Amino acid sequence: MKQLDARGLSCPEPVLLIRQAMQSGDACYEMVVDNHAARENVTRYAEHQGYAVTVRQEGSDYTLTMSR
Amino acid sequence: METQVKLTKLAACAGCGAKVGAGTLAGLLEGFKTRTDPNLVVGFDKSDDACVYLVNEDTALIETTDFFPPIVDDPFLYGQIAAANALSDVYAMGGEPKLALNLLCTAPAMTGEMVREVLRGGYDKVYEAGAVIAGGHTIQGAEPLYGLAVTGFARPDRVLTNSAAHPGDVLILTKPLGVGVLTTAAKAGLVEPPVLDRVTRQMAALNRAARDVMVEFSVHSCTDVTGFGLLGHSFEMAQGSGCSLHLTAGSIPFHREALELADMGFLPAGAYRNREYAQVRVAPGIPRAMQDLCYDPQTSGGLLFALPEREAAACLARLEGAAQVGYVTPPGDAALYLE
Repeated sequence: MKQLDARGLSCPEPVLLIRQAMQSGDACYEMVVDNHAARENVTRYAEHQGYAVTVRQEGSDYTLTMSR
Repeated sequence: METQVKLTKLAACAGCGAKVGAGTLAGLLEGFKTRTDPNLVVGFDKSDDACVYLVNEDTALIETTDFFPPIVDDPFLYGQIAAANALSDVYAMGGEPKLALNLLCTAPAMTGEMVREVLRGGYDKVYEAGAVIAGGHTIQGAEPLYGLAVTGFARPDRVLTNSAAHPGDVLILTKPLGVGVLTTAAKAGLVEPPVLDRVTRQMAALNRAARDVMVEFSVHSCTDVTGFGLLGHSFEMAQGSGCSLHLTAGSIPFHREALELADMGFLPAGAYRNREYAQVRVAPGIPRAMQDLCYDPQTSGGLLFALPEREAAACLARLEGAAQVGYVTPPGDAALYLE
């Protein structure tokens, strides 16, 4: 599983990070983000690419697990 | 103008997306001691686009200000867009802008020529509006900011507030949605130049023509669709008017390129703030991306106005690019519906 950290990034940067990572075509990615907009935007991108997304909140961070 | 420094890279948020959420703002202002003045006919309490002060029985003064960080890289276009956006609040009140003051914050990375171009863009739009820039204030800061404080006038009986829609009215929107999404995706280089060009021209276009048509009809209520998105501004109109507004998703104009980009998550953070603020009853089956466009913060967006249904066709015939996007009913279970 590829792990990515998008904390401290503002939109659209987290989406660009996952977009670039997903070019490797792996089955599973995990990304940590620290704001609501990034959580929603990365979820939209992953779903658009055919991944199922689950979100786990830890404090003010969200960990998104994307798999297909 | 080609420049080495990319203006949009100098700012964390772009354009009207930088606007502080409506809910946050209301909380910040709560409990302040304020004076009342019988001549202040539109104040902050109605969340309107500008305040209106009665000078005498023939003249109402309209006062507003707006500024934001760069939404495009070209400094001249940025100046034009920021000025068009600031002037728009006067048009949204049914008025004509007469005087403007520059509000400018320059960032260290900006060259003198870039600063000059931003201001030239502002002067260009204020000139086109038939108004005068009478001064201003410039400071240095971390991020560029530009906008105007604008004074305009209207006949007191022709002032249009955002809180006077009537049941039986229909709603007209004069510019397509998707500006926030497209400018966010443009930061990532994902928008083709002709599309970005189209959106930029739209943002720089004054709402003057729409205002001039609007005042010839029996328009009851008007606002401009900016930072709070179509649904945020519609929600304010519904609440202020004590009516329910119904927006018909299938009739709402938008830039078609924005729909897939919204689906791919290229939404400005402001779109999510707007989603939290506006209480909307969304009918099942409306795609999430379409809903997202309705929450998308619009920089220098169009006018949204309510007028009697019998006048809608004649009014629309004179407005290029405008569409009838909904209707107004007596208050129902919800203030705002997306159907």
